[in-house]
Amino acid sequence: MHGDSVIADAPILQIRNLRLEFHDHGHPEVAVEDLSLTLHRGEILGVVGESGSGKSMTALAIAGLLNRHALDCGGEILFDGVDLLHCGRSTLRHYQGDEISMIFQEPMTSLDPLQRIGMQVEEALRIHHKELSAAERKEAAIRAMGAAGLAEPEQVYGMYPHELSGGMRQRVMIAAATVSRPQILIADEPTTALDVTTQAQIIALLRQINAEDGTAIVFISHDLSLVRQLCHRVIVMRRGVAVEMGTSDEVFLNPRHAYTQSLVDAIPKVVL
Amino acid sequence: MATTRTRSLLARIPNPRLFCAGALIMLAVITLIVIGMVWMPYEPTAMSPDRLQGVSAAHLLGTDKMGRDILSRVMYGSRITFLVALGTMAIGAGFGILVGAVTGYYGGIVDEVVMRVTDGLFAFPTVLLALVIVSLFGSSTLNVMWALGIAFVPSFIRVARSEVIRCKHLDYVKNARLMGVRDARVIFVHILPNVSGVIMSNVMIGFNNAVLSEAGLSYLGIGSQPPYASLGQMISEAQEIFFTVPSAVLGPGMVIVLMVLGFSLMGEGLRAAEGRMA
Amino acid sequence: MRYVLKKTATTLATLLVVSLLLFVAFQLISGDPATHILGTGATPERLAALRAELGLDQPLPARYLMWLTAFARGDAGVSYVYHQSVSSLLSAKVPVTFALAAMSFVLMCAIGLPMGIACAKHAGSPIDRAVMVANQIIMAIPPFFAGILISWAFGMGLHLFTPGGYVSYETSVPRFLGYLVFPAVAIALPRAAQLAKLLRGSLLEEAGKNYARTAYSRGNNTNGVLYGHLLKNAFLPALTFLGMSLGTMLAGSLVVERVFNIPGISSILLASIGNRDYPVVLATVMLIAVFIIFVNLLVDILYKVLDPRIDEE
Repeated sequence: MHGDSVIADAPILQIRNLRLEFHDHGHPEVAVEDLSLTLHRGEILGVVGESGSGKSMTALAIAGLLNRHALDCGGEILFDGVDLLHCGRSTLRHYQGDEISMIFQEPMTSLDPLQRIGMQVEEALRIHHKELSAAERKEAAIRAMGAAGLAEPEQVYGMYPHELSGGMRQRVMIAAATVSRPQILIADEPTTALDVTTQAQIIALLRQINAEDGTAIVFISHDLSLVRQLCHRVIVMRRGVAVEMGTSDEVFLNPRHAYTQSLVDAIPKVVL
Repeated sequence: MATTRTRSLLARIPNPRLFCAGALIMLAVITLIVIGMVWMPYEPTAMSPDRLQGVSAAHLLGTDKMGRDILSRVMYGSRITFLVALGTMAIGAGFGILVGAVTGYYGGIVDEVVMRVTDGLFAFPTVLLALVIVSLFGSSTLNVMWALGIAFVPSFIRVARSEVIRCKHLDYVKNARLMGVRDARVIFVHILPNVSGVIMSNVMIGFNNAVLSEAGLSYLGIGSQPPYASLGQMISEAQEIFFTVPSAVLGPGMVIVLMVLGFSLMGEGLRAAEGRMA
Repeated sequence: MRYVLKKTATTLATLLVVSLLLFVAFQLISGDPATHILGTGATPERLAALRAELGLDQPLPARYLMWLTAFARGDAGVSYVYHQSVSSLLSAKVPVTFALAAMSFVLMCAIGLPMGIACAKHAGSPIDRAVMVANQIIMAIPPFFAGILISWAFGMGLHLFTPGGYVSYETSVPRFLGYLVFPAVAIALPRAAQLAKLLRGSLLEEAGKNYARTAYSRGNNTNGVLYGHLLKNAFLPALTFLGMSLGTMLAGSLVVERVFNIPGISSILLASIGNRDYPVVLATVMLIAVFIIFVNLLVDILYKVLDPRIDEE
């Protein structure tokens, strides 16, 4: 299925022995245990697992969005030679939104309800590319919105989130995440809250972003069939541990772990 | 056994230290009031030649310019303030919840009119509304209680109405109605008990506002008539002797502050802790 | 625009209902104005003549309309006690009370808003906790008690102002305002504490929402998230509070004017309540009601300006 797309060998992000432990309410709780993975340039990596498997925590850790006050973390997340897990907040901010962007599960609530769409799409540029003029920013935003499949981006630019449907809001989120052409896009269940038709369109859009801009994507999902459609490689997580790792076809056609087997079995066969 | 239960109850309070501090303050104020009902060092209206005395063993808070014992007057005055605030809440919450629940449940033109009136009155400061009512019906302790009670009705109408409207559309209420449960039963058995938390927190806030409003009114000389003074009026009378007998102002003032603080700290202690900025 | 028109219409409706209620209440309770004016010893002929002159022989709805139109023109009748027009009695005092309330409002915002933001930003820190406990205590102090303490501390102790040294705004506006600062602080403090608490809670609630996480993911620092996104959202609940505060500050002025001997409407209103001088009481209350109802309209319009989700329907 993805035989035609080229995966460069260069690793862009390396996670080594990641361990995340919360001590929020007195009882420590391990969310991720000894996770190691490599994301290559231009690759789409799927992270699959049920809720509580630690997949979203991993995504938030890469994006630097974990609350460090309530967390013990071990291991390292290396990007650009920097350990994102232990670097200073300002170093982290330098990458956030510019080199590493994220889109979320809930497009309905992930946008600021009182700010115009255009301002939110441009925000990463306002923060990271102060050299751009307002007109240049607007132009880039409208281009990103068009690329994200929003019809009439000039109009949407001046609208507010409540005027858009869930699918359009997720496209806005994608436009905002890709406006600065990041190297890594983290997509945390980006289609879960959307209906099936919209879901397929968003998946196609992610594939297109990957193919055209070479953006590496970490795609978090509980839906193995979606992951198979989109991702080059897959990691299956369960209770904070990676139980299986391999190319989509390997994992899908020849699961080695019983848990993966049960996930594969759970896919309705009609889809095949 | 009893201690473990107390402990587990306390453990469920988000901020037990704050809650206990508030409860202790409240307990102290109520003790002062209850003791005052049984015994006071002096008759609160009894004048004596010992005028304008400072703090002493004979007069723990000194005496005012008529030689009356300030501690006794504080005990009596805090009883008035406390009872007026309680009565105010009973009237305000009683009428407000009843009207709000019924109009919210049925809706329609009556609801619309009630809302217009409530909107108009709600924005009206309690003290002003009470002033109007007192000016119409005359100034007495009982009238102040009614006036404040009526002044608090709109806020409870609002709370009860919005809660009832919210619950009216919930499935379990719809089910009850489909099963033919009488409207009154739906309102008072199925809806109101489920919103009692919201209403209780409003009663607690309301009590504090009632204490402050009563104090303000009585400072203006409205309400209890001399020589039976409530706390605000004592402060008003003592203002000119503040420098001679500071306790004449500070005594009743502190009791007002503590009465309000006790409940508000308890309420604070019950509130779940908020998050923080990342 | 339709929203504004609709809100204006509701405001006028509220105004009519409130004025009608006040008018009817005062009519029912106050008895015969002619007797009040002429005294009980007046002859029936003179009473009847005055009733006709005042339009009291008209039915209630007509009297209401007459009173309302006269009030709108600034004619609020004649005081029973002072035998002069209510407007002339109040005209010099109303600006004083409103100035005090306005200054209290400004002080409340100047103290409460920054404090709320700072506490939210440092939520959970020892300073935040100390401020929140102090706030709880300040909220429990009635303004008149605070006023007495302030006038003692700053007047007698620090000699920063002279209690009773009121200067009319006709003499010197700066000295007039200078005298109002301390009374205004007494009125503003408890409300400022409430505002800070409200804004802090509201900000922290917004900080927990998904869009705040989105803002962080774009590389915003805490200030960027706070001022760029959270503040506007968190301000909406505070707006209702601010609107209601203007009314509270007027009520607070009535009480605190007495502490500082400020010649606003407090003394005449209280004297009129005591004397059952109903025209003065009715006019004062109506004036405050009109003000409060229009403030509410302003708040509604501001909501519309700040929140695009409020629909036009």
